[in-house]
Amino acid sequence: MAQDFRLPGRGRIDRKKPIAFTFNGRTVGGYEGDTLASALLASGIRLMGRSFKYHRPRGVLTHGADEPNALFQVDRGTGRADPNNRATVVEAVAGLTVSSQNHWPSLEHDIGQVNDLVAPVLTAGFYYKTFMWPRSFWDKFYEPAIRAAAGLGVAPDAPDADRYVHRNTHCDVLVVGAGPAGLAAALAASEAGKRVILADEQAEMGGSLLADLTSTIDGKPASAFVAEALKTLAGRANVTLLSRTTAFGYYNHNHVVLTERVTDHLAAPDPKLPRERLWQVRAKEVVLATGAHERPLGFADNDRPGIMLADSVRTYVNRYAVAPGRRIVFATNGASAYRAAADAKAVGLDVTLVDLRPEAEIGPERALLSGIELLAGHTVVGSTGGKAVTGLIVAPLSGGSVGARRTLACDCVGMSGGWTPAVHLFSQSRGKLTFRTEIDAFVPGTSVQAERSAGACKGTYDLASILAEGWAAGADAAGAPSTRAFAATPATPTGFKAARVLPTDADPKNVRAFLDFQNDVTAKDIGLAVREGFESVEHVKRYTTNSMATDQGKTSNMAALGLVSEILAKDIPQVGTTTFRPPYTPVTFGAIVGTARGETFDPIRTAPVHEWAVKQGAKFENVSLWRRAWYFPKPGEDMHAAVARECRAVRESVGLLDASTLGKIEVVGPDAAEFMNRMYPNGWTKLEPGKCRYGLMLKEDGFIFDDGIVARMAPDRFHVTTSTGGAPRVMAHMEDYLQTEWPDLDVFLTSITEEWGVIAVQGPRAREVIAPFVTGIDLSPQAFPQMTVREGEILGVPTRLMRVSFTGELGFEINVPADFTQAVWEALFGYGQRFGITPYGTEAMHVLRAERGFIIVGQETDGTVTPDDVGLSGMVSKAKKDFVGKRSLARPDMARADRKQLVGLLSADGRTVLEEGAQIVADTRQALPMTMLGHVTSSYLSPTLNHPIALAVVSGGRARMGETLFVTTPAGFTAVKVVAPVFLDPEGKRVEGLVEGGVHA
Amino acid sequence: MPEPVAIHARRAPILAPSASGLVRVLPPADRFVLQMKAPRGAVLPASAGGFDLSGPLNTVRGTPERFAARLGPGEWLLVCPAGEGAAAGPAIASDLAGRFFSLVAVGHRNAAFLLSGTHAADILNAGIALDLSDAAFPPGSATRTLLGKAEVVVVRVGDAFRLECWRSFAPYVHAFLQEAAREFGCATSSTRGSRQGAG
Repeated sequence: MAQDFRLPGRGRIDRKKPIAFTFNGRTVGGYEGDTLASALLASGIRLMGRSFKYHRPRGVLTHGADEPNALFQVDRGTGRADPNNRATVVEAVAGLTVSSQNHWPSLEHDIGQVNDLVAPVLTAGFYYKTFMWPRSFWDKFYEPAIRAAAGLGVAPDAPDADRYVHRNTHCDVLVVGAGPAGLAAALAASEAGKRVILADEQAEMGGSLLADLTSTIDGKPASAFVAEALKTLAGRANVTLLSRTTAFGYYNHNHVVLTERVTDHLAAPDPKLPRERLWQVRAKEVVLATGAHERPLGFADNDRPGIMLADSVRTYVNRYAVAPGRRIVFATNGASAYRAAADAKAVGLDVTLVDLRPEAEIGPERALLSGIELLAGHTVVGSTGGKAVTGLIVAPLSGGSVGARRTLACDCVGMSGGWTPAVHLFSQSRGKLTFRTEIDAFVPGTSVQAERSAGACKGTYDLASILAEGWAAGADAAGAPSTRAFAATPATPTGFKAARVLPTDADPKNVRAFLDFQNDVTAKDIGLAVREGFESVEHVKRYTTNSMATDQGKTSNMAALGLVSEILAKDIPQVGTTTFRPPYTPVTFGAIVGTARGETFDPIRTAPVHEWAVKQGAKFENVSLWRRAWYFPKPGEDMHAAVARECRAVRESVGLLDASTLGKIEVVGPDAAEFMNRMYPNGWTKLEPGKCRYGLMLKEDGFIFDDGIVARMAPDRFHVTTSTGGAPRVMAHMEDYLQTEWPDLDVFLTSITEEWGVIAVQGPRAREVIAPFVTGIDLSPQAFPQMTVREGEILGVPTRLMRVSFTGELGFEINVPADFTQAVWEALFGYGQRFGITPYGTEAMHVLRAERGFIIVGQETDGTVTPDDVGLSGMVSKAKKDFVGKRSLARPDMARADRKQLVGLLSADGRTVLEEGAQIVADTRQALPMTMLGHVTSSYLSPTLNHPIALAVVSGGRARMGETLFVTTPAGFTAVKVVAPVFLDPEGKRVEGLVEGGVHA
Repeated sequence: MPEPVAIHARRAPILAPSASGLVRVLPPADRFVLQMKAPRGAVLPASAGGFDLSGPLNTVRGTPERFAARLGPGEWLLVCPAGEGAAAGPAIASDLAGRFFSLVAVGHRNAAFLLSGTHAADILNAGIALDLSDAAFPPGSATRTLLGKAEVVVVRVGDAFRLECWRSFAPYVHAFLQEAAREFGCATSSTRGSRQGAG
């Protein structure tokens, strides 16, 4: 499309670099330096979207981050499409596919527009009032319908194809915003070598100066001042300049989070680059120079396409070389719009200015209007037009009454209702706002963190003052206070008279003056909310949804606040303001997620024999952060068959398990035994070096916390093992006591979980498999009995060899330095072939230990189980003066006979494998709700016994031996017999290797 | 009688060492965690087994191959080339004889990376929140911290940064660093689970 509204010979666009993109299927041209909004306006496209609720035609309202209307779906290719992009901030890039939102079938013809006709019923609180009844309609009708209507754009469904990274950084001074105040602050702060970061959300730094063609600073044009300042800053090694970077969150301790858009402005970005970079900045001092947002005026039908903010008109004309219209009416209650009008006039546009203020109240800005018609003391009562504005209806005000209407024909309106300082980040930093009546705005008051504001965000609107304030703030932040005067001419007129909704002669009931353009909230809605009793601004906000859209009310917040104050006849400070929360502007999920996806989402810890297990076709399960071999299916085997084969191999011959994930802690020091004595309920002082003991660890509450085998390596050295998932918490628990309760004990802890790989060799043939490889250890049963540890070598490398068993069979756990684990494993596996050696996984391990009646912490226990509950009261020393948990075990409740106790369950039918977690009752005919006696904690089909076995905790279980109880099944109940929680070898003979297993030759 | 076995187990590190790139996987090493308490009024020894223990908290003393990083008031990570630990352990213990200390071998517990070049700190700062600039973390600094979701020890011996993490976290740490290094050029290409380790 021809760029009919492009102005010649001006602007910061690069006319040598034309680009083209598509908007709703039409090709739109522009130049590098354009935003989507400026390029569309250059081509005369003013209709850019439909409003959220009433589907009213909308055009662009602003030229920046505060845009509520022009929200686009931007498609950069598969996996690179996202909704709700503000046309005013997305840079026009060749090849973009852009479409408007919230309409069907098209932007021009939208069925949803019917909502506008029934607007009188769609008032504030419509949903709350309407969808109350009948109750049954909610799930099936109301909620689906509301959900379908809610939201603007369409969420993408393809995985994000881009990459995102995070970067942590530190600086002495962070300056947010690179307008005049921010530039001056950065210059001052960086003079003495302090580390300075200057971040600005726009593609180009300079802020308002980029659209200022009339001011001179120290004798130079504003644009030259910007260029020189940026050159100076870029030349300082201590300065980091971050453009396209939005500071969106201000957290504790001057932790400010920024999001940098690295590649969105590039048509063919280098694939090495991330799309966005999230900066986590820890700044010693912060200078906020975030500027101010212009306010719309509240009048009937102030939302027609072509009606925009006055300063936006000026920016489109000066910075983007675009005429947003040919005939422009400016409507204002302050001086700033006069400069906009003068600049529009200067490029030959037809300009009229309407000022709410009477002639007498107009200050030096009057001089800017040479050749421009001024209607002073006039109000705006409406607009004409449909998909574009065609006229502004104004009327003179005299003595409080509205005079005769007059329609000013126009194709663009520039309105200005004053300025709202962007105090978002200051407020996020928990700083207290104060209200300045003369500018009708909240400004930063008391700081809570090490920051200060400068320029328009502090309510300072005069250019020379802004620059001086910025300089002083920067110097102050750098710890070297200084002042510098800037000669800025001409002086900035700042006259202003606050106005809420403009006076009108129409029935207020019929006037729809929009305050929140994105959420379609009108002044009338605010009035209704207050009449219905919502007097707190926080309540009004939520009831009307004013300022709750994606723009967070940047253009609407103050308007609603002023209106509430006016209706309630309370001062604004008494009414208060709503809370500003991060993010300042929407942030992509990708930036927040960063690299936390795929392989870098979470550490997946793998044991030393992992790759071998992968090659063997093992299936894996997650155990805390670890990925452990679950079972090793052979071709054609399902899990059940594989586990049965693995279990049989261990019972009859020999199996290998990678047990490296067990937590291990080396407890060293002259007081090590005393420390162990206090940490565990059982005794340790008499355990001789070379011996192992089962350790059951309790927390202060007396409940089982963890368990594991402990080997005493030397009088002052214990090798403690924990469960796989329990390692970190046991270590922390021990350190906690050592550092806070018993700092007098001479003990040190070192995590050795990953130092030692552990290979469990279990089964009647275990000794024969390891014997050829072990040197320096007598493996005979007499010299190396069950529950002992020996140090020697295996395959020529050091080992802590333990004779321990979690299967009930003769077994060893070979500890070797982790990098040697694979070599040892492969040697054992190769040699063990003659015995039919079988690698087994965690599932077979669980079955084998359940057959033998060994508990697993976290399966049989759930944080409410005492040693006695699982039949381990023998582990609790009665002689020791104290240990962690002792006092709690003495509570009467811990000894009640009806506590849930560990029992075994056998299915009466001999076939039903119970469900883990299934509830247990005594009588299935009792009334509901039934009395539940306990639940199944472990359940398997035992390959050794060839029938189901289960462990369970049952109220008073040990007194119920032989009883028949009932366990829930998906179909009802099944009968079970209560037995002792050990199904195989209750005398424990097999660990001695005395039982002949089957032999695979 | 068991058959005689002549083979000797070789180290199989979780990541194969790499010789170049912004993020290098270092060959296996021997390591110890040394912990000591200074009795009230007494001073800690300045060295043991040839390791210089005199540096203040969060510093490292030694060479890139053999150093002592002080990570706590009474805690050092001692690192030396693979194979030297067998002699270093007894030497340290002998030098500290008579005082209370804990010396635990952790040579296989850790994997190590070397990051060099002008962007080394930027790459690390993708996941480390600490200030790694020359002013805040000059050569000779050492600390324990987090990289993303993994605990790491960062040691700055010379200009380069050495990163140590637990063995099983190495694939995650490596992938994280490679992802962060991508925008600065080539990354390393190490495969995990390789058996090509040092002896």
